[in-house]
Amino acid sequence: MATNKPKWIRKDLLGLGDLSREEIELILDTAYSFKEISTRQIKKVPALRGKMVVNLFYEPSTRTRVSFEVAAKRLSADVINVAVETSSVKKGETLADTGRNIQALKADIIVVRHNCSGAALMLARHLDISVVNAGDGWHEHPTQALLDIFTLKEKMGKISGLNVVIVGDIAHSRVARSNIWGLTKLGANVVVCAPPVLIPAAIEQMGVRISHNIEEALENADAVNVLRMQFERDELGAFPKQMEYFRNFGITKERLGKAKRDIIVMHPGPLNRGIEMSSEVADGANSVILEQVTNGIAVRMAVLFLVAQGREKSR
Amino acid sequence: MSSLMKEKSKILDKTAIQKTLTRLAHEILEKNKGPEEIVIIGIMNRGAHLAKRLAKIISEIDGPQPPVGTIDITLYRDDLSVIAEQPVVHKTDLMFDIANKKVILVDDVLYTGRTVRAALTELLDFGRPQFIQLAVLIDRGFRELPIRAEYVGKNIPTSQRQVVEVRLEESDGVDEVVIMEQEQ
Repeated sequence: MATNKPKWIRKDLLGLGDLSREEIELILDTAYSFKEISTRQIKKVPALRGKMVVNLFYEPSTRTRVSFEVAAKRLSADVINVAVETSSVKKGETLADTGRNIQALKADIIVVRHNCSGAALMLARHLDISVVNAGDGWHEHPTQALLDIFTLKEKMGKISGLNVVIVGDIAHSRVARSNIWGLTKLGANVVVCAPPVLIPAAIEQMGVRISHNIEEALENADAVNVLRMQFERDELGAFPKQMEYFRNFGITKERLGKAKRDIIVMHPGPLNRGIEMSSEVADGANSVILEQVTNGIAVRMAVLFLVAQGREKSR
Repeated sequence: MSSLMKEKSKILDKTAIQKTLTRLAHEILEKNKGPEEIVIIGIMNRGAHLAKRLAKIISEIDGPQPPVGTIDITLYRDDLSVIAEQPVVHKTDLMFDIANKKVILVDDVLYTGRTVRAALTELLDFGRPQFIQLAVLIDRGFRELPIRAEYVGKNIPTSQRQVVEVRLEESDGVDEVVIMEQEQ
């Protein structure tokens, strides 16, 4: 055990597409150890004392930003939240320049969310400090996928061999993409399920099966990850209407009744009750939605802890 | 540690380790006038194995087994930002309240004292024990902090070019303590 210690060398976490199976497992194992800290009376350890984490969010987000903030504080880091609406971005500063300024303030880690795919990578290449991707366009949202996989592993004891369905807007979902990378690398069988208009071209090249029928997709599933319908992204008016979507793809008690009895229901939030799933399912025994939120802290603690010590620059 | 280490001498074998732990258990019971309020907490990894063994021996000498916990001090280290090889974080497992308890902190080797310092800081975040005493299998000297053990299995004079390796069946498949030395 001591001889082939897993190692983390990266200064950044940009996506699960770049990571090896071993690196993903190291994050999950580290998160497992961190979970206990949140149950202590004093929910804090000094691991990142004197380090500064900057949350740089170009898109609205409450849960991810708060989760990163809680994670950083449990590790004793100082946290600065940069609200883009009030920042000099509005005055025309580029992302790279904003990053250089934050680096000049001697921050140690930037957690960045941006509406452009590749924004986190661009920032990471320009900077010597660590960059953690909290969602870039339609590309990746690695910590969300890691906490989904962590929750699944905690419930099932393993990932390898599990049948996992991802249902919803696959085309516009960075959560789906990161989940597919992570799950397939760890040996799960992944099915993506959505109406054809929400399935991106060539997605099967990522090693997933496509289904347009939710009941068929759920048949052998150990878990279903239900994505949020991002109606705000429907610029062409091509999405199914809300009721139509619920009728054809919504997760209901009846549909779960035909699936495995202990199927796990996940949702990254925020949840549209009555569109992606019924309230009965969201609050039911199969739902692990709130456990995902709790596990998100442990996973983000693990990521911050690991990248804080990594040195290798992203290319 | 670029150069190879080779074994210089064996300090303790299986029987000697067993005898030493038995003696330490007796000393712990004598000094604390019995097993009441005692909890035993081992520092990951080998201190945790020794803590479990000590608790078992104490129960064989005098009544019920004291509670055993383990702590991982990685997150409390003072050298996290300078060490080259990143440590693996293990889970701290204290399933009982340490407030007002007599805590026996256990580790395999006492050297600079920095591990014990980290363990003390972490323990005090969990509550306010009556006191904390330190038990180690080996004290090899070279303290960098004012820390001392109440219970010492064996004092070994070493040089700083040497490494004391405690190998235990639970993690290494064998019970022995050896001194390793860098090849010139």
